[in-house]
Amino acid sequence: MMKRIEAIDAVTSTARDALIVCNLGFPCRELYSVMDRPGNFYMLGSMGLASSIGLGLALARPDRKVISLDGDGAVLMNLGTLATIASFAPDNYLLVILDNGAYCSTGCQPTATSRSTDLAEMARGAGIREVRAASNPEELAEAIMGKGVVVAKVEAGNAEVPVIDLSPEQIRDRFMKSLAVPG
Amino acid sequence: MTKSSAAVYSGLKRAKIDFVTSVPCVNLKELLSLLESDHDITCIPATREEEGIGLCAGAYLGGKRPAILMQNSGLGNSINALASLDFLYRIPLLMIISHRGVEGENIVAQVPMGQLTEPLLNTLGIRWLRPGAPEEAKWAMAEAWNLARSEGRPVAVLLDISFWRGA
Repeated sequence: MMKRIEAIDAVTSTARDALIVCNLGFPCRELYSVMDRPGNFYMLGSMGLASSIGLGLALARPDRKVISLDGDGAVLMNLGTLATIASFAPDNYLLVILDNGAYCSTGCQPTATSRSTDLAEMARGAGIREVRAASNPEELAEAIMGKGVVVAKVEAGNAEVPVIDLSPEQIRDRFMKSLAVPG
Repeated sequence: MTKSSAAVYSGLKRAKIDFVTSVPCVNLKELLSLLESDHDITCIPATREEEGIGLCAGAYLGGKRPAILMQNSGLGNSINALASLDFLYRIPLLMIISHRGVEGENIVAQVPMGQLTEPLLNTLGIRWLRPGAPEEAKWAMAEAWNLARSEGRPVAVLLDISFWRGA
C-alpha cells in the first residue's frame, strides 16, 4: 500500500496547475514539504471543510481545476458534502479522499472506514457519477485527470515533515494573489 | 411578494452579493426563490450550516462576494467554522439570519437558541445589525457586507419574526 506522502506527490506532480485545498494536520505538512506553492490552501482548522471550501472555490472559478485533498475522518465529519458535490458536480472539481482508516494527526485512532464503511460506495450513493479507486501512485495520477471523487487507500501513519512556516494570512494572501483576486 | 422579502433581495443586490449558500427557514422561503431565479447569483443549498461556511470561504478565495442564509438554529452548527476558518484567515462573510424563538414564536423548541443568538454573536465578536423595517433592510445588507469586507470578518443581519410580519 502506498504512503500518504507518495499519494500527495502523485497528485502535485500530475496536476501542476491545479488549486489544492488540503485537510489540516499532517496531510498539510506533507503537502508543504512535497511541493509548496501559492496555489495550495493549507487548512489549519475547521476539520471536515476541505471538500466544501474546494467546491465553493471551483464554482467561483470555473476556469481553474480545483482539487480537495481530504481524509476519511474529515469526510465522515461532513458527509453532506457528498450530496452537495453530486448536486452541482462541476467539471473542474475533484475530491481526493486519502483513506488510511485512522485519525493519524491525533494518534491514529481508527475511523469507521477501517471497519465496514466504504466511502466510494457512499459517494456513489450520494449521486456522484464519477467515483474511482486508486491503490498506487500510477492509478492515482491517472484518476487525477477526472472529476468527481477518488478514494485512494493509503497506509496509516505520518511522514517526518516540518510544520508549515506560514501564518494564516500569508496562506490566504498568496493564494488569492495567485488567482489575481484583490485581497 | 412581501415587502420584507423584496427589501432583503434588493439589499443583497445593492451589496453585489453573487454567491449564496443556504439552509432554509420558512421565513426565507420567498427570498430563496427570488435568489434561485437570479442568474447573476450562484445559489448552493448546503446540507448543514457549517458546510455552508466552508462553501462561502472557498467562493470568497475565488473572488466572489458570499452570503449565507440560515435560521438562527444554524448558528450553533457554524461556530467552529466561523472561528477556525473565517476568523483565522480573516475571511469576510455576510450572514443573513432568520431569528426565530423571539416574540411571536409558536414553536417552543425555537426558544432556547432564540434567546442565545445575540449572546453567542456577542461572545464571538461578530457584529450584527437588526433592521426593523423593510426600508432599513435595503441598506443593511450593503452596510453589513462593507463592514465584513473592511474588517475581514463575518457580520450578521438578524431578521426577526416581527420583521417578516412587517409586510
